[in-house]
Amino acid sequence: MPARIEPIADRYSAWRLLKEGISGNRGWKQAWRKPEPKARYDVVIIGGGGHGLATAHYLANVHGITNVAVVQKGPIGLGNGGRNTTIVRSNYLLPSNTRFYEYSLKLWEGLEQDLNYNVMVSQRGQLSLFHSDSERDAAVRRGNSMRIQGVDAVLVDGEAVRAMLPFLAMDNPMFPILGGLLQPRGGTARHDAVIWGFARAADRRGVDILEHCEVTGIRRDGGRVVGVETTRGFIGARKVGIAVAGNTSRVAAMAGLRLPVESHLLQAFVSEAIKPLINCVISFGAGHFYISQTDRGGLIFGGDLDGYNSYSQRGNLPLVERLMGVGVSMIPALSRLRVLRQWAGIADMTMDGSPFICRTLIEGLYLNGGWCYGGFKATPASGWCFAYTIAKDEPHPFNADLTIDRFLEGRMIDERGAGPNPWAQ
Amino acid sequence: MLLIPCPYCGARPQDEFHYRGDATVKRPAPDAGLQALYDFVYTRTNPRGWHLEWWHHYAGCRQWVKVERNTLTHEIRTAVGPAEDTPQLSA
Repeated sequence: MPARIEPIADRYSAWRLLKEGISGNRGWKQAWRKPEPKARYDVVIIGGGGHGLATAHYLANVHGITNVAVVQKGPIGLGNGGRNTTIVRSNYLLPSNTRFYEYSLKLWEGLEQDLNYNVMVSQRGQLSLFHSDSERDAAVRRGNSMRIQGVDAVLVDGEAVRAMLPFLAMDNPMFPILGGLLQPRGGTARHDAVIWGFARAADRRGVDILEHCEVTGIRRDGGRVVGVETTRGFIGARKVGIAVAGNTSRVAAMAGLRLPVESHLLQAFVSEAIKPLINCVISFGAGHFYISQTDRGGLIFGGDLDGYNSYSQRGNLPLVERLMGVGVSMIPALSRLRVLRQWAGIADMTMDGSPFICRTLIEGLYLNGGWCYGGFKATPASGWCFAYTIAKDEPHPFNADLTIDRFLEGRMIDERGAGPNPWAQ
Repeated sequence: MLLIPCPYCGARPQDEFHYRGDATVKRPAPDAGLQALYDFVYTRTNPRGWHLEWWHHYAGCRQWVKVERNTLTHEIRTAVGPAEDTPQLSA
């Protein structure tokens, strides 16, 4: 089936905005169709979050595979795609991670042109603070590792941090801020727009996005996948990709796979809107806390996991108390703000803190998951690499190390070195 | 806030405990082979529902307790000492 090409008149542009603006906004069309499932597809992607939709987009756009369905149990983008803190960055230490996340950041930089959708990528900089000489040494080491691999990193001293962000508690007696490691190309993107943009772009190429279609089983014939059982009937598929981070253990179990993954809660918070205060993303070095300001004015922040297995999507209060304490010790003015909303997502925590995008022992079944804290920033490269792996039946060098076999083979990508304790990654 | 019914101290807030993961994994025999050892160290059932797990009562009696907790609702059904079996799972 030839790919459907979007009519020029339907493209989003400044001209179109003006035209619709003066004609009562009556010409906008539905961003993606609501098709009925076909009996059979070349590829079925389980999971209509950012990663699944990105995979469908790159399958259609890069590899010309357009007979694709994305199945999602509810409406798209209501899982972790709508529950993150919207940060994009690539300041990793280990080459396997840096390669992958740096490619992701490069895709972010051209994503709006690629999708014809404003995903509001804002490279406002990401600053990781340090508070002691040894933390400074670690920051220098990380910065050097990044620069050797072609990623931007700048060591900023305490005076420069004070000039940039005068509201920080610089002289906290226990955790004075001595400086920070800045990635100027890091920043934020608009999380919902990323979902909608990928969905619209994939749909324009002929991908069927099947909402309210929950997968209940993965059908196999011998050692080969033949399709998925869903609440809307059986859907045949030559290849099936799983991209359901948070629930990867459950969906993989439908195919008899047992994974090195636990599901944990990660909370996020947004404050009332205030005038511009924070012009970058800041992460604290003395506790786990990261914060930025949305375009609407609210401060959005998060920190550690709740720390025990959970699928509840509800955060618990002890973490809230600890996190607020850490936040106020970094920015005392936060104590005067009210928190408007709080929510939690389910994170696939792996045994080394790094994700996987790989083939499985079952022919035609591919696995994408284990995103821990890193899922949002990975969205474009995750989809790009997963599409490559599915289309070519082999990994791209960017995701060649991100296999689940690495645990058995002793090739962990343990960025934090916390041991096989998912709640400690 | 989870209230964990420690078998030695009674119901105590989760702040007094450290989570120590899935309590159903058992160390395999030394000659069980690489795959068995890999499963022990790395793979987990990660159920959505009842989960038997270790909590270390570090700010209380300092015992490790086995707690049966629902990962979807956070309801806690039982908590027993480390050597005991929970009635539901042994039944």
